[in-house]
Amino acid sequence: MAQAEMTGDMMRTADGVPLKLALERALFRSRLRAVMLVAPLFFFLLITFVLPIFDMLFRSVENNIVADILPRTVVAIEAWDETSGELPGEAVFEAIVKDMADGKRDKTLGRVARRLNFEKSGMASLFRKSGRKAPKITEAPYREQLLKIDKRWSDIDLWKLIKREKGAFTKSHFLAAADMQYTPDGSIEMRPENRQIYTNLFGRTLWLSGLITVLCLLLAYPVAYLLATLPLRTSNLLMVLVLLPFWTSLLVRTTSWIALLQTQGVINDLLVGIGLIDDDSRLQMIHNQFGTVVAMTHILLPFMILPLYSVMKTIPPSYMRAARSLGATPFTAFVKIYMPNTVAGVGAGSILVFILAIGYYITPALVGGRTGSLISNFIASFISGSTQNWGLAAALGVMLLAIVLVLYFLYDKIVGINNMKLG
Amino acid sequence: MAEHVTGQVNTDHYVRFVDVQKSYDGETLVVKNLNLEIERGEFLTMLGPSGSGKTTCLMMLAGFEPATHGEIFLDENPINNVAPHKRDIGMVFQNYALFPHMTVAENLLFPLQVRGMNKSEQARRVKNALDMVELGAFGGRRPAQLSGGQQQRVAVARALVFDPKLVLMDEPLGALDKQLREQMQYEIKHIHEKLGVTVVYVTHDQSEALTMSNRIAVFNDGVVQQLAAPDALYEAPENAFVAQFIGENNTLSGKVSSVNGSTCTVDIEGGSTTALAVNIDGIGSATSMSLRPERVTVNPPNGQCPNLFDARVQELIYLGDHMRTRMSVCGNDEFIVKIPNAAGHVHLVPGANVKVGWQTEDCRALDSPS
Repeated sequence: MAQAEMTGDMMRTADGVPLKLALERALFRSRLRAVMLVAPLFFFLLITFVLPIFDMLFRSVENNIVADILPRTVVAIEAWDETSGELPGEAVFEAIVKDMADGKRDKTLGRVARRLNFEKSGMASLFRKSGRKAPKITEAPYREQLLKIDKRWSDIDLWKLIKREKGAFTKSHFLAAADMQYTPDGSIEMRPENRQIYTNLFGRTLWLSGLITVLCLLLAYPVAYLLATLPLRTSNLLMVLVLLPFWTSLLVRTTSWIALLQTQGVINDLLVGIGLIDDDSRLQMIHNQFGTVVAMTHILLPFMILPLYSVMKTIPPSYMRAARSLGATPFTAFVKIYMPNTVAGVGAGSILVFILAIGYYITPALVGGRTGSLISNFIASFISGSTQNWGLAAALGVMLLAIVLVLYFLYDKIVGINNMKLG
Repeated sequence: MAEHVTGQVNTDHYVRFVDVQKSYDGETLVVKNLNLEIERGEFLTMLGPSGSGKTTCLMMLAGFEPATHGEIFLDENPINNVAPHKRDIGMVFQNYALFPHMTVAENLLFPLQVRGMNKSEQARRVKNALDMVELGAFGGRRPAQLSGGQQQRVAVARALVFDPKLVLMDEPLGALDKQLREQMQYEIKHIHEKLGVTVVYVTHDQSEALTMSNRIAVFNDGVVQQLAAPDALYEAPENAFVAQFIGENNTLSGKVSSVNGSTCTVDIEGGSTTALAVNIDGIGSATSMSLRPERVTVNPPNGQCPNLFDARVQELIYLGDHMRTRMSVCGNDEFIVKIPNAAGHVHLVPGANVKVGWQTEDCRALDSPS
């Protein structure tokens, strides 16, 4: 290197080929092999992970339903000045009557009705009712006849909504996910207190995930310490006990918590049996936050134990002995010497458990009830439930992803991702 | 400290093991009835093969392993029931055991902080200790940023910084390469001489033990085989194990035919030889005799050696300063003779028949290991 700098010349091999080129050639085959080995996973992840994420990002802002199903209206409404305080002209009414008739014929009207109903309740019924009668309106005056079908068509806010949502992209899913909404005049405000759902839900998800992470850490730390320090025979047995839940179906584990915790379940029966509580004051331990926290802590515990264990395993027993020989009490030695050396495991386990918890679905769905369900349960209900709103589900998903990325970033700033050890 | 080499000036027993036994499983004894006295300011090495019980003894002294039986005294106080952190014993570990999350200076501060020493005294001691091991400029570094030798020096400094009553070292140089190990041996030796602190050192490396120690306790099979100064250990081993373990050794097995005061005559294959009667059971008993390779003379002048035998040269290895020669002598094919590469030394070729001879006092008749 120094030589190359000094002479300002390229290094060359014995027969005059530039050294860099020769190195490149020599490494080509091994590089090619590395690429080939990675390729299957790369394509798998691309198709099943990266593309869906981009699809989700796209769906959270995508808004082509109105433009697709009401094409004439979208063009005609362009000329309307929504600040004038007057209804759109006859041309717009003609366009929407024809669009609705087409939509009825193609059976696509329901989609736009549902889409607009997310923004303004009542839109679904209005479109359904009007859609049925629209094909009968074949000549002017369109406005008069449509208003005769339903007086709600005279609502200027409705037309403002259609004009606002005619574009290819929309903010409305993100606004809904952040508990915000458009005012009729088009500015953005928070929803009324009693209709704010998602900020509370995000708050609850973060709080419960944090609580579960802390509980996992408190429970896992002593277990991991034993695993790392006991003689091999005993620690192997303990390891089997830790891993056993891993080999059991998630559903089985969750439902067994139901069997244990429910009002007529094992624990309540036991408490009643020994006379600690009355039969008519059985504890409600499931279908609430308590159930979610208990079941998820149990299920996520191995994800805390294993990283902790793998880090503790590498801490030589001589550290503690050295600390003792230097005059530290066992407690001081543990706190000042052992614990700082497990930070990497604590960080890895915590971030793993927290990120798993924040997106956990099946356990809170089964044991969470109303107060113990998490954001992912809502996302799932918007995808598969009766209220199909993929846009809102995608927006919630993107926000969840953003929160995780922010936390990851903070973790990197505070602990440093390079300090993380997963195994 | 030089006067301690002879062990005569200062004779108070600073550390005493009294009838100490140790068993891990309740079936076998790892340490069998150990009685050992270590003097103040002494550098004592526990030397032995792995599994000989030497490290166990050190761990009992440090307090990390309880003695199964017997009592250990430090400065006349029994310490069996004293917790390790109250023993005031500094320890250097094989893997250094420097705390990786602390800087070098913080590592040294640790024992001072847990003792609640005042800040200025802490700073002074850390500086002195780092200067002592010539690492004054490295206080702010992490252990991982230091080389193996530097880490070792930090470990030594840390074990000394709080002025412990005793310093234990458990194979501290085992992880270093040969050259560095030798250099560190001298450094530790010099630090010991300068501070006059009592050191108990464990190693399986005999040259390390010979280099550094005032006295060496040779361990085997849970028993101290011999406790002596390095020169005595090499030149006057008291049993066959020590003779074999310390330095290179030729063993000749035979039967005692007569005893004459301090010497005896032993029948061996191809004749009989006179030897010092060191550790024999009497006439008719089996003995294995120890003979150092450098004490054997090839083709000695007539009348110089009372013991003279035929030998056949098997192999020659040129080692620069001397020629290592393997011969067949009295049925022993592994008989080694060191021929110094001095002016006029004999030139041998493999297959040659020569005479070898030795003095009576160089041949030590010892016990015969069964």
